Amino acid sequence: MTRADAPAAATLDPRGPRFAAGVTSVVVVVVLVTGSGWLALAQAVVFASTAASVRYGPYGRLYRWLIAPRLAPPAEREPAAPVRFSQAVGLVFALTSAVGYLAGAPVVGAVAAAFALVAAFLNAAFGFCLGCEMYLLLRRFYPVRRTS
Amino acid sequence: MPFSLTGLVVAIAAIVAAAAFGLIRRARDGRLRPVRPDPDTAHRQLLSSLGVAPDAPLTLLQFSSQFCAPCNRARAVYAEVAGSLDGVRHVEVDVAVHPEVVDAWHIRRVPTLLVVDAAGEVVSRAVGVPTRERVLAAVAPHVIVSP
Repeated sequence: MTRADAPAAATLDPRGPRFAAGVTSVVVVVVLVTGSGWLALAQAVVFASTAASVRYGPYGRLYRWLIAPRLAPPAEREPAAPVRFSQAVGLVFALTSAVGYLAGAPVVGAVAAAFALVAAFLNAAFGFCLGCEMYLLLRRFYPVRRTS
Repeated sequence: MPFSLTGLVVAIAAIVAAAAFGLIRRARDGRLRPVRPDPDTAHRQLLSSLGVAPDAPLTLLQFSSQFCAPCNRARAVYAEVAGSLDGVRHVEVDVAVHPEVVDAWHIRRVPTLLVVDAAGEVVSRAVGVPTRERVLAAVAPHVIVSP
């Protein structure tokens, strides 16, 4: 694969992550309804690969192959860094859910999946990125030490 | 395939809660609200340390962070307003670099906007991405009285 598109690699068509959040919402609903730890683990792998590279995350590929060719080019592009950060947050919840279900603690599995579903649904339906906002909350709870 | 009724109920509850949260937040975001005068002069000095200069009649002080896509859209709106109105400046600061200001002004989300007048007083604030028209409506009275 050529790297001719490399300068655009740091930005995204913002509709891609929203589509991915929609797919994630459906997958997490299936996790809750079936109580499948293995499906939660598969979603955790998706989060991990998307956090590593948004462009080559499975749902992002699906968007570019199936959806993007049928749409007009995006009016604006967004930075990839916030999406990667939020996928890493999603990874923590999906892993917790998978471990909970597989280790025989379905309440832990369901609660973690419910948090992931809230975040994914807010992104898909409203374009809000809770994972991105956690950055500022973390700063408030762990403020930089004052030098004065 | 196994079926969990509890899981289905949890899924529906999560979606209803998220939808309610999203609708409330969408209704509140992007509105500029007036701010009562702050008697604490130390807070004003903090703002001037950020580059809110007294020579500008009005400053659009935007708080952003590194992981923040809406901050880019907010920046475009504020930069356009600042470019189209004489006496309006746009200053953007990173919350990670200025935690003391974030604490003093209770900034909980990015992007947050503080509209600062020539006296260094914060006159209104907004969270999220306001439309250009809303910013102009909030800004115009302050700019016209001090040409």
